[in-house]
Amino acid sequence: MTETPEIQLPEDKPLEIAGKVYQSRLLVGTGKYHDLMETGHAIEASGAEIVTVAVRRTNLGQNPDEPNLLDVISPESYTILPNTAGCYTAKDAVRTCKLARELLDGHDLVKLEVLGEHKTLYPNMPETLIAAEELIKDGFKVMVYCSDDPLLAMRLEEMGCVAIMPLGAPIGSGLGIQNRYNIRLIVENAKVPVLVDAGVGTASDATIAMELGCDGVLMNTAIAQAKDPIRMANAMRLAIESGREAYLAGRMPKKLYASASSPIDGTFF
Amino acid sequence: MLVQVNGEAMELPSGATIAALIEQLTLTGKRLAVEVNEDIVPRSQHPQFTLNEGDRVEVVHAIGGG
Repeated sequence: MTETPEIQLPEDKPLEIAGKVYQSRLLVGTGKYHDLMETGHAIEASGAEIVTVAVRRTNLGQNPDEPNLLDVISPESYTILPNTAGCYTAKDAVRTCKLARELLDGHDLVKLEVLGEHKTLYPNMPETLIAAEELIKDGFKVMVYCSDDPLLAMRLEEMGCVAIMPLGAPIGSGLGIQNRYNIRLIVENAKVPVLVDAGVGTASDATIAMELGCDGVLMNTAIAQAKDPIRMANAMRLAIESGREAYLAGRMPKKLYASASSPIDGTFF
Repeated sequence: MLVQVNGEAMELPSGATIAALIEQLTLTGKRLAVEVNEDIVPRSQHPQFTLNEGDRVEVVHAIGGG
């Protein structure tokens, strides 16, 4: 019996952000989990290498032995991406990033998000632009959460942001990618990585983002609030890989009418 | 002297350093960042940096977030 040679697919170019190469295109948050153990297991199952954290006041009078998030998600094993969640002004966002840099021993990769209002958590783009400019001037590498406006995305890239991260739908909504055309336009124009950040609800949403040509997806709630977060983390890992493969393969064109898969020639009836 | 730590009033001996404050909070050795009156105080300066009456101190750490 002859051995069938294993099919070798051409290798994909890995994701590169601010000069660092990542094998995984799935980025995950660490919020909304039941406990740190679940957080750790879900992140492991997701295969993510970039993990977001928030910066908040230390509880005074807390139990000194209370485990810390960065003990579970250690900066030695993961690229920690501090966010500016909860900031509604450029000033608060810049302040948060400076604290994060100090917290992480000079690590200067940040996720900038400046929010507009509480109900939608929609990005406040005027404040985002101000904060991005100040942070870049101060030496930060800015991954920017933004609206899905192709012109603003280009502007952020020109300013020097290292990744453009338009929302698929409002944070925590799980509504999926609401404006595929805009995401596609942003991807087509961009020379830096484009990652959908926010709005993914389930695996198919993540796959769609990747099929549109996004370089990655950042999600939190879709995994953390699933009935079984660890299983969903694994589903998302597979979804991202599938979507990427489908994008690289190039999908068939959509047609309005059927086209038989079996030949008509040779029918005997 | 009275200082504000994470929004709470706190009585500290006059001339107390950030390192002393962190020790009093039983947070020595923890991964945290400190800001005094909205300016970062690098970790290397915690042993020397003395606080003054009315200073607003923020002690922050990383928690779960997306």
